[in-house]
Amino acid sequence: MARISVLDYGVSNSGSILNMLKKIGSEAALVGNAEEVLEAEKLILPGVGAFDNGMQALKNAGLDAVIREVALEKSIPLLGICLGMQLLCEGSAEGETSGLGLIPGRCERVSFPKDGNLKVPHMGWSFLSNMSSDPLFEGFEEDVRFYFVHAYHMRPANRDAVIAEVEYGLPLAAAVKSGLTYGVQFHPEKSHRFGMRLLKNFAAL
Amino acid sequence: MQLTRVIPVLLLENGGLVKTVRFKNPQYIGDPINAIRIFNDKEADEIVFLDISADRHEREPDLGMLSEIVSEAFMPFAYGGGVRRVDQIEKIYRAGVEKVVINRAAALDPEFVKSAASVAGSSGIVVSMDVKTNWLGKRSVFINNGKTNLKIPPLDYARLMEEKGAGELLVNSIDLDGTMKGYDLPVISSIAGAVGIPVVPVGGAGSMRHFRQAVDAGASAVAAGSMFVFHGRQKGVLLTYPGSKDLNELFSGQGMD
Repeated sequence: MARISVLDYGVSNSGSILNMLKKIGSEAALVGNAEEVLEAEKLILPGVGAFDNGMQALKNAGLDAVIREVALEKSIPLLGICLGMQLLCEGSAEGETSGLGLIPGRCERVSFPKDGNLKVPHMGWSFLSNMSSDPLFEGFEEDVRFYFVHAYHMRPANRDAVIAEVEYGLPLAAAVKSGLTYGVQFHPEKSHRFGMRLLKNFAAL
Repeated sequence: MQLTRVIPVLLLENGGLVKTVRFKNPQYIGDPINAIRIFNDKEADEIVFLDISADRHEREPDLGMLSEIVSEAFMPFAYGGGVRRVDQIEKIYRAGVEKVVINRAAALDPEFVKSAASVAGSSGIVVSMDVKTNWLGKRSVFINNGKTNLKIPPLDYARLMEEKGAGELLVNSIDLDGTMKGYDLPVISSIAGAVGIPVVPVGGAGSMRHFRQAVDAGASAVAAGSMFVFHGRQKGVLLTYPGSKDLNELFSGQGMD
Protein backbone atom coordinates (compact mmCIF):
# COMPACT_ATOMS: atom_id res chain seq x y z
CA MET A 1 0.00 0.00 0.00
CA ALA A 2 1.20 3.45 -0.85
CA ARG A 3 2.41 5.83 1.78
CA ILE A 4 0.02 8.60 2.70
CA SER A 5 1.39 12.13 2.83
CA VAL A 6 -0.41 14.45 5.22
CA LEU A 7 0.07 18.10 4.41
CA ASP A 8 1.16 20.32 7.25
CA TYR A 9 0.79 23.96 6.27
CA GLY A 10 0.50 25.43 9.72
CA VAL A 11 -3.25 25.58 9.73
CA SER A 12 -4.23 22.65 11.91
CA ASN A 13 -2.97 19.95 14.22
CA SER A 14 -2.29 16.97 11.97
CA GLY A 15 -1.32 14.81 14.91
CA SER A 16 -4.67 13.06 15.23
CA ILE A 17 -4.72 12.19 11.53
CA LEU A 18 -1.23 10.73 11.71
CA ASN A 19 -2.06 8.76 14.80
CA MET A 20 -5.23 7.34 13.32
CA LEU A 21 -3.36 6.33 10.16
CA LYS A 22 -0.74 4.69 12.33
CA LYS A 23 -3.45 2.89 14.24
CA ILE A 24 -4.94 1.40 11.07
CA GLY A 25 -1.50 0.25 10.00
CA SER A 26 -1.01 2.79 7.25
CA GLU A 27 2.37 4.25 6.53
CA ALA A 28 2.03 8.00 6.78
CA ALA A 29 4.21 11.08 7.09
CA LEU A 30 3.85 14.82 7.33
CA VAL A 31 4.90 16.80 4.30
CA GLY A 32 5.38 20.54 4.18
CA ASN A 33 6.96 21.68 0.95
CA ALA A 34 6.36 21.53 -2.80
CA GLU A 35 8.99 18.86 -3.48
CA GLU A 36 7.51 16.51 -0.95
CA VAL A 37 4.00 17.04 -2.31
CA LEU A 38 5.19 16.31 -5.85
CA GLU A 39 6.52 13.00 -4.66
CA ALA A 40 3.38 12.05 -2.78
CA GLU A 41 1.56 8.90 -3.76
CA LYS A 42 -1.53 9.80 -1.78
CA LEU A 43 -2.23 13.13 -0.15
CA ILE A 44 -4.40 14.27 2.71
CA LEU A 45 -5.19 17.97 2.95
CA PRO A 46 -6.42 18.77 6.46
CA GLY A 47 -7.45 22.20 7.70
CA VAL A 48 -9.48 24.15 10.18
CA GLY A 49 -10.36 27.79 10.28
CA ALA A 50 -11.03 30.42 7.69
CA PHE A 51 -10.88 29.96 3.93
CA ASP A 52 -8.58 32.85 3.08
CA ASN A 53 -6.27 31.91 5.89
CA GLY A 54 -5.96 28.37 4.54
CA MET A 55 -5.47 29.39 0.90
CA GLN A 56 -2.93 32.02 1.85
CA ALA A 57 -0.95 29.49 3.86
CA LEU A 58 -0.91 27.17 0.84
CA LYS A 59 0.15 29.97 -1.49
CA ASN A 60 2.86 31.19 0.84
CA ALA A 61 4.45 27.78 0.70
CA GLY A 62 3.93 27.45 -3.04
CA LEU A 63 1.67 24.49 -2.42
CA ASP A 64 -1.47 25.48 -4.31
CA ALA A 65 0.03 24.85 -7.74
CA VAL A 66 1.65 21.53 -6.84
CA ILE A 67 -1.53 20.22 -5.24
CA ARG A 68 -3.36 20.92 -8.49
CA GLU A 69 -0.57 19.26 -10.40
CA VAL A 70 -0.55 16.03 -8.42
CA ALA A 71 -4.32 15.88 -8.43
CA LEU A 72 -4.92 16.70 -12.09
CA GLU A 73 -1.80 15.49 -13.87
CA LYS A 74 -0.60 12.67 -11.71
CA SER A 75 -4.12 11.74 -10.58
CA ILE A 76 -3.03 10.69 -7.13
CA PRO A 77 -5.75 10.04 -4.55
CA LEU A 78 -6.34 13.23 -2.60
CA LEU A 79 -8.52 13.65 0.49
CA GLY A 80 -9.47 17.12 1.74
CA ILE A 81 -10.75 17.20 5.32
CA CYS A 82 -13.02 19.93 6.67
CA LEU A 83 -11.44 23.22 5.51
CA GLY A 84 -9.28 21.03 3.29
CA MET A 85 -12.43 19.92 1.48
CA GLN A 86 -13.65 23.49 1.13
CA LEU A 87 -10.34 24.61 -0.36
CA LEU A 88 -10.93 22.18 -3.21
CA CYS A 89 -13.67 24.34 -4.69
CA GLU A 90 -13.46 27.61 -6.60
CA GLY A 91 -14.06 30.02 -3.78
CA SER A 92 -15.97 30.67 -0.60
CA ALA A 93 -18.42 33.26 0.62
CA GLU A 94 -16.21 33.29 3.70
CA GLY A 95 -13.32 34.93 1.87
CA GLU A 96 -11.89 36.67 -1.13
CA THR A 97 -9.25 34.22 -2.32
CA SER A 98 -9.83 31.67 -5.07
CA GLY A 99 -9.75 28.06 -4.03
CA LEU A 100 -7.85 25.22 -5.64
CA GLY A 101 -10.61 24.77 -8.22
CA LEU A 102 -10.38 20.98 -8.23
CA ILE A 103 -14.12 20.61 -7.73
CA PRO A 104 -16.30 23.15 -9.54
CA GLY A 105 -18.59 24.99 -7.20
CA ARG A 106 -18.44 27.36 -4.28
CA CYS A 107 -18.73 27.31 -0.52
CA GLU A 108 -21.49 29.14 1.27
CA ARG A 109 -22.40 29.79 4.86
CA VAL A 110 -24.57 27.16 6.53
CA SER A 111 -28.01 28.71 6.81
CA PHE A 112 -31.58 27.53 6.86
CA PRO A 113 -35.12 28.84 7.09
CA LYS A 114 -35.80 30.39 10.48
CA ASP A 115 -35.81 27.17 12.44
CA GLY A 116 -34.81 28.53 15.81
CA ASN A 117 -33.32 25.33 17.06
CA LEU A 118 -30.35 24.89 14.77
CA LYS A 119 -27.15 26.80 15.31
CA VAL A 120 -24.17 27.72 13.22
CA PRO A 121 -21.65 26.18 13.19
CA HIS A 122 -22.96 22.72 12.69
CA MET A 123 -21.09 21.00 15.48
CA GLY A 124 -21.49 17.49 16.72
CA TRP A 125 -21.98 13.92 15.62
CA SER A 126 -24.35 13.53 12.66
CA PHE A 127 -25.47 10.64 10.51
CA LEU A 128 -24.70 10.62 6.80
CA SER A 129 -27.48 10.19 4.29
CA ASN A 130 -27.62 9.38 0.58
CA MET A 131 -24.25 7.69 0.57
CA SER A 132 -23.20 6.54 -2.89
CA SER A 133 -21.59 3.18 -3.23
CA ASP A 134 -18.08 4.50 -3.55
CA PRO A 135 -14.82 2.80 -2.62
CA LEU A 136 -14.44 5.45 0.09
CA PHE A 137 -17.50 4.01 1.84
CA GLU A 138 -16.62 0.37 1.44
CA GLY A 139 -17.67 -1.76 4.37
CA PHE A 140 -20.00 0.71 6.07
CA GLU A 141 -23.00 -1.32 7.06
CA GLU A 142 -24.89 0.37 9.83
CA ASP A 143 -25.91 3.97 10.31
CA VAL A 144 -22.80 5.94 9.63
CA ARG A 145 -21.99 9.00 11.69
CA PHE A 146 -19.11 11.41 11.83
CA TYR A 147 -18.07 14.44 13.84
CA PHE A 148 -18.73 17.73 12.13
CA VAL A 149 -17.74 21.25 12.99
CA HIS A 150 -18.20 23.80 10.24
CA ALA A 151 -19.95 27.04 9.45
CA TYR A 152 -19.59 26.84 5.68
CA HIS A 153 -20.45 24.09 3.27
CA MET A 154 -19.61 23.27 -0.31
CA ARG A 155 -22.15 23.46 -3.11
CA PRO A 156 -20.59 21.63 -6.05
CA ALA A 157 -21.69 22.81 -9.49
CA ASN A 158 -22.23 19.21 -10.47
CA ARG A 159 -24.73 17.22 -8.36
CA ASP A 160 -22.87 14.02 -9.13
CA ALA A 161 -19.88 15.32 -7.21
CA VAL A 162 -21.79 14.83 -3.94
CA ILE A 163 -21.31 11.30 -2.67
CA ALA A 164 -22.83 11.73 0.79
CA GLU A 165 -25.02 14.26 2.52
CA VAL A 166 -25.82 15.30 6.04
CA GLU A 167 -29.10 16.78 7.14
CA TYR A 168 -28.74 20.03 9.01
CA GLY A 169 -31.81 22.08 8.33
CA LEU A 170 -31.19 21.27 4.70
CA PRO A 171 -29.13 18.51 3.12
CA LEU A 172 -25.51 19.62 3.04
CA ALA A 173 -22.67 18.02 1.09
CA ALA A 174 -20.87 15.79 3.56
CA ALA A 175 -18.55 14.19 1.04
CA VAL A 176 -17.62 15.11 -2.53
CA LYS A 177 -15.55 13.59 -5.26
CA SER A 178 -14.08 14.36 -8.64
CA GLY A 179 -11.95 11.63 -10.13
CA LEU A 180 -9.70 10.56 -7.28
CA THR A 181 -10.00 13.89 -5.49
CA TYR A 182 -12.21 13.48 -2.45
CA GLY A 183 -13.41 15.94 0.13
CA VAL A 184 -15.11 15.21 3.44
CA GLN A 185 -16.66 17.97 5.49
CA PHE A 186 -16.46 15.93 8.70
CA HIS A 187 -13.39 14.94 10.73
CA PRO A 188 -12.55 11.25 10.26
CA GLU A 189 -9.74 11.67 12.79
CA LYS A 190 -12.31 12.63 15.44
CA SER A 191 -14.83 9.98 14.51
CA HIS A 192 -13.20 6.88 15.96
CA ARG A 193 -14.31 3.69 14.24
CA PHE A 194 -16.08 5.48 11.42
CA GLY A 195 -13.05 7.58 10.69
CA MET A 196 -10.78 4.58 10.81
CA ARG A 197 -12.93 2.70 8.31
CA LEU A 198 -12.95 5.68 5.96
CA LEU A 199 -9.20 6.24 6.17
CA LYS A 200 -8.63 2.52 5.63
CA ASN A 201 -10.66 2.78 2.46
CA PHE A 202 -8.73 5.82 1.34
CA ALA A 203 -5.48 4.00 2.00
CA ALA A 204 -6.71 1.13 -0.17
CA LEU A 205 -7.54 3.28 -3.20
CA MET B 1 -30.19 13.59 13.89
CA GLN B 2 -27.97 14.51 16.81
CA LEU B 3 -27.11 11.84 19.32
CA THR B 4 -26.93 12.21 23.08
CA ARG B 5 -23.25 12.43 23.87
CA VAL B 6 -21.83 10.54 26.82
CA ILE B 7 -18.68 12.30 27.91
CA PRO B 8 -15.91 11.16 30.25
CA VAL B 9 -14.45 14.02 32.27
CA LEU B 10 -10.92 13.33 33.40
CA LEU B 11 -8.96 15.38 35.88
CA LEU B 12 -5.27 16.05 35.43
CA GLU B 13 -2.93 16.89 38.27
CA ASN B 14 0.74 17.44 37.53
CA GLY B 15 0.44 15.45 34.33
CA GLY B 16 -1.28 12.46 35.87
CA LEU B 17 -4.94 11.54 35.93
CA VAL B 18 -6.71 11.77 39.26
CA LYS B 19 -10.18 11.31 40.58
CA THR B 20 -11.88 13.20 43.39
CA VAL B 21 -14.84 12.82 45.69
CA ARG B 22 -16.77 16.01 46.34
CA PHE B 23 -13.85 17.78 44.66
CA LYS B 24 -11.46 16.62 47.41
CA ASN B 25 -8.75 14.00 47.90
CA PRO B 26 -7.39 13.59 44.40
CA GLN B 27 -6.23 10.02 43.91
CA TYR B 28 -3.82 9.13 41.14
CA ILE B 29 -5.40 6.80 38.64
CA GLY B 30 -3.04 6.71 35.69
CA ASP B 31 -1.46 8.17 32.63
CA PRO B 32 -3.52 10.45 30.35
CA ILE B 33 -2.22 9.03 27.06
CA ASN B 34 -3.12 5.55 28.11
CA ALA B 35 -6.56 6.72 29.20
CA ILE B 36 -7.23 8.36 25.83
CA ARG B 37 -6.25 5.20 24.01
CA ILE B 38 -8.64 3.21 26.11
CA PHE B 39 -11.47 5.66 25.46
CA ASN B 40 -10.60 5.53 21.76
CA ASP B 41 -11.05 1.79 21.80
CA LYS B 42 -14.29 2.18 23.67
CA GLU B 43 -15.39 4.81 21.17
CA ALA B 44 -16.30 7.55 23.60
CA ASP B 45 -18.29 10.31 21.90
CA GLU B 46 -16.21 13.14 23.30
CA ILE B 47 -13.77 13.67 26.12
CA VAL B 48 -13.02 16.46 28.59
CA PHE B 49 -9.72 16.97 30.36
CA LEU B 50 -9.56 19.44 33.22
CA ASP B 51 -6.16 20.32 34.59
CA ILE B 52 -6.83 20.97 38.27
CA SER B 53 -3.22 21.83 39.07
CA ALA B 54 -3.04 24.43 36.31
CA ASP B 55 -6.17 25.83 37.86
CA ARG B 56 -5.08 25.69 41.47
CA HIS B 57 -1.60 27.09 40.94
CA GLU B 58 -2.47 29.51 38.16
CA ARG B 59 -0.02 27.79 35.87
CA GLU B 60 0.11 28.12 32.11
CA PRO B 61 -1.47 25.19 30.27
CA ASP B 62 1.16 22.61 29.36
CA LEU B 63 0.77 22.97 25.61
CA GLY B 64 3.33 20.31 24.74
CA MET B 65 1.56 17.72 26.82
CA LEU B 66 -1.79 18.94 25.55
CA SER B 67 -0.76 18.60 21.90
CA GLU B 68 0.44 15.12 22.58
CA ILE B 69 -2.75 14.11 24.36
CA VAL B 70 -5.01 15.67 21.72
CA SER B 71 -3.18 13.88 18.93
CA GLU B 72 -4.00 10.62 20.59
CA ALA B 73 -7.74 11.35 20.78
CA PHE B 74 -9.94 9.96 18.03
CA MET B 75 -12.91 11.92 19.29
CA PRO B 76 -13.62 15.60 19.97
CA PHE B 77 -11.59 16.93 22.85
CA ALA B 78 -12.31 19.68 25.36
CA TYR B 79 -9.68 21.13 27.65
CA GLY B 80 -9.83 23.39 30.68
CA GLY B 81 -8.01 24.22 33.85
CA GLY B 82 -6.99 27.71 34.88
CA VAL B 83 -7.70 29.20 31.46
CA ARG B 84 -8.03 32.90 32.04
CA ARG B 85 -6.60 34.81 29.07
CA VAL B 86 -7.51 35.04 25.43
CA ASP B 87 -3.97 34.28 24.28
CA GLN B 88 -4.11 30.99 26.18
CA ILE B 89 -7.32 30.12 24.38
CA GLU B 90 -5.69 30.79 21.01
CA LYS B 91 -2.77 28.55 21.87
CA ILE B 92 -5.00 25.80 23.18
CA TYR B 93 -6.95 25.88 19.93
CA ARG B 94 -3.82 25.63 17.90
CA ALA B 95 -2.95 22.53 19.84
CA GLY B 96 -5.96 20.92 18.19
CA VAL B 97 -8.60 21.06 20.87
CA GLU B 98 -12.27 21.36 19.80
CA LYS B 99 -13.51 23.17 22.89
CA VAL B 100 -12.02 25.15 25.73
CA VAL B 101 -13.59 24.95 29.19
CA ILE B 102 -13.54 28.01 31.40
CA ASN B 103 -14.72 28.21 34.98
CA ARG B 104 -13.25 30.65 37.48
CA ALA B 105 -12.24 33.19 34.83
CA ALA B 106 -15.83 33.38 33.62
CA ALA B 107 -17.13 33.81 37.15
CA LEU B 108 -14.67 36.58 38.03
CA ASP B 109 -15.26 38.40 34.77
CA PRO B 110 -18.22 37.38 32.63
CA GLU B 111 -16.94 39.63 29.85
CA PHE B 112 -14.11 37.15 29.43
CA VAL B 113 -16.65 34.71 28.03
CA LYS B 114 -17.42 37.25 25.33
CA SER B 115 -13.73 37.69 24.44
CA ALA B 116 -13.20 33.96 24.52
CA ALA B 117 -16.14 33.38 22.19
CA SER B 118 -14.84 35.99 19.77
CA VAL B 119 -11.59 34.03 19.45
CA ALA B 120 -12.93 30.52 19.43
CA GLY B 121 -16.53 30.99 18.43
CA SER B 122 -19.28 30.34 20.94
CA SER B 123 -19.38 26.70 20.00
CA GLY B 124 -15.77 26.37 21.08
CA ILE B 125 -16.37 27.73 24.56
CA VAL B 126 -17.81 25.65 27.38
CA VAL B 127 -18.53 27.38 30.65
CA SER B 128 -18.20 25.08 33.60
CA MET B 129 -20.12 26.04 36.73
CA ASP B 130 -19.81 24.44 40.15
CA VAL B 131 -23.01 24.15 42.16
CA LYS B 132 -23.19 23.46 45.86
CA THR B 133 -26.14 23.26 48.18
CA ASN B 134 -26.17 24.84 51.62
CA TRP B 135 -27.72 23.24 54.71
CA LEU B 136 -31.02 24.90 53.91
CA GLY B 137 -31.09 23.18 50.54
CA LYS B 138 -30.38 26.36 48.65
CA ARG B 139 -28.08 26.02 45.66
CA SER B 140 -25.45 28.52 44.74
CA VAL B 141 -22.58 28.80 42.28
CA PHE B 142 -19.11 28.36 43.79
CA ILE B 143 -15.56 28.73 42.60
CA ASN B 144 -12.16 27.69 43.98
CA ASN B 145 -13.04 24.07 44.41
CA GLY B 146 -16.20 24.79 46.31
CA LYS B 147 -14.58 27.19 48.73
CA THR B 148 -15.84 30.53 47.51
CA ASN B 149 -19.56 31.12 47.33
CA LEU B 150 -20.47 33.56 44.57
CA LYS B 151 -23.94 33.78 46.09
CA ILE B 152 -25.53 33.59 42.66
CA PRO B 153 -28.33 31.12 41.97
CA PRO B 154 -27.37 28.60 39.27
CA LEU B 155 -30.22 29.67 37.02
CA ASP B 156 -29.21 33.32 36.96
CA TYR B 157 -25.60 32.41 36.40
CA ALA B 158 -26.48 30.10 33.53
CA ARG B 159 -28.52 32.78 31.83
CA LEU B 160 -25.68 35.28 32.22
CA MET B 161 -23.16 32.90 30.71
CA GLU B 162 -25.42 32.20 27.77
CA GLU B 163 -25.89 35.89 27.24
CA LYS B 164 -22.12 36.41 27.20
CA GLY B 165 -21.69 33.80 24.51
CA ALA B 166 -21.05 30.45 26.13
CA GLY B 167 -21.67 27.66 23.65
CA GLU B 168 -22.36 25.02 26.22
CA LEU B 169 -22.78 24.71 29.99
CA LEU B 170 -21.08 22.02 32.03
CA VAL B 171 -22.91 21.96 35.34
CA ASN B 172 -20.87 20.36 38.13
CA SER B 173 -22.52 19.22 41.29
CA ILE B 174 -20.00 19.52 44.08
CA ASP B 175 -22.23 17.70 46.53
CA LEU B 176 -22.75 14.71 44.29
CA ASP B 177 -19.25 14.47 42.76
CA GLY B 178 -17.91 10.96 43.21
CA THR B 179 -20.98 9.67 45.01
CA MET B 180 -22.49 7.86 42.02
CA LYS B 181 -25.99 8.32 43.39
CA GLY B 182 -27.46 10.20 40.46
CA TYR B 183 -27.34 13.68 38.99
CA ASP B 184 -28.85 16.81 40.46
CA LEU B 185 -31.98 16.57 38.35
CA PRO B 186 -33.79 19.68 39.62
CA VAL B 187 -30.86 21.91 38.72
CA ILE B 188 -30.60 20.34 35.24
CA SER B 189 -34.30 20.85 34.66
CA SER B 190 -34.34 24.43 35.75
CA ILE B 191 -31.28 25.46 33.75
CA ALA B 192 -32.22 23.49 30.63
CA GLY B 193 -35.63 25.09 30.73
CA ALA B 194 -34.13 28.55 30.85
CA VAL B 195 -31.31 28.54 28.30
CA GLY B 196 -31.06 27.59 24.65
CA ILE B 197 -27.53 26.23 24.78
CA PRO B 198 -26.70 22.61 25.61
CA VAL B 199 -26.67 21.78 29.32
CA VAL B 200 -24.37 18.94 30.32
CA PRO B 201 -24.43 17.76 33.92
CA VAL B 202 -21.45 16.18 35.66
CA GLY B 203 -21.21 14.87 39.20
CA GLY B 204 -23.24 12.02 40.58
CA ALA B 205 -23.62 9.63 37.66
CA GLY B 206 -23.37 6.02 38.74
CA SER B 207 -25.39 4.11 36.18
CA MET B 208 -26.85 4.30 32.70
CA ARG B 209 -30.22 4.89 34.30
CA HIS B 210 -28.86 8.19 35.64
CA PHE B 211 -27.97 9.22 32.08
CA ARG B 212 -31.49 8.60 30.96
CA GLN B 213 -32.90 10.54 33.89
CA ALA B 214 -30.68 13.49 33.08
CA VAL B 215 -31.72 13.52 29.43
CA ASP B 216 -35.36 13.30 30.38
CA ALA B 217 -34.77 16.26 32.70
CA GLY B 218 -33.44 18.29 29.78
CA ALA B 219 -29.74 17.53 29.53
CA SER B 220 -28.37 17.65 25.98
CA ALA B 221 -25.49 15.37 26.81
CA VAL B 222 -24.21 13.69 29.97
CA ALA B 223 -20.78 13.70 31.51
CA ALA B 224 -19.19 11.64 34.22
CA GLY B 225 -15.89 11.09 35.93
CA SER B 226 -15.99 8.46 38.66
CA MET B 227 -18.43 6.30 36.81
CA PHE B 228 -15.92 5.57 34.11
CA VAL B 229 -13.10 4.83 36.50
CA PHE B 230 -13.38 1.57 38.26
CA HIS B 231 -11.20 0.41 41.10
CA GLY B 232 -10.46 -3.26 41.05
CA ARG B 233 -9.88 -5.29 44.16
CA GLN B 234 -6.10 -5.03 44.07
CA LYS B 235 -6.46 -1.24 43.77
CA GLY B 236 -5.98 -1.63 40.05
CA VAL B 237 -7.78 0.94 37.97
CA LEU B 238 -10.04 0.13 35.05
CA LEU B 239 -11.40 2.66 32.65
CA THR B 240 -14.79 1.78 31.33
CA TYR B 241 -17.39 3.16 28.93
CA PRO B 242 -20.74 1.81 27.79
CA GLY B 243 -21.02 0.05 24.45
CA SER B 244 -22.76 1.79 21.55
CA LYS B 245 -25.54 -0.78 21.39
CA ASP B 246 -26.40 -0.21 25.03
CA LEU B 247 -26.31 3.55 24.53
CA ASN B 248 -28.52 3.39 21.45
CA GLU B 249 -31.06 1.38 23.38
CA LEU B 250 -30.85 3.65 26.37
CA PHE B 251 -31.52 6.82 24.44
CA SER B 252 -33.91 5.53 21.83
CA GLY B 253 -37.50 6.58 21.98
CA GLN B 254 -36.65 9.96 23.44
CA GLY B 255 -38.41 11.73 20.60
CA MET B 256 -35.48 14.12 20.47
CA ASP B 257 -33.50 15.17 17.44
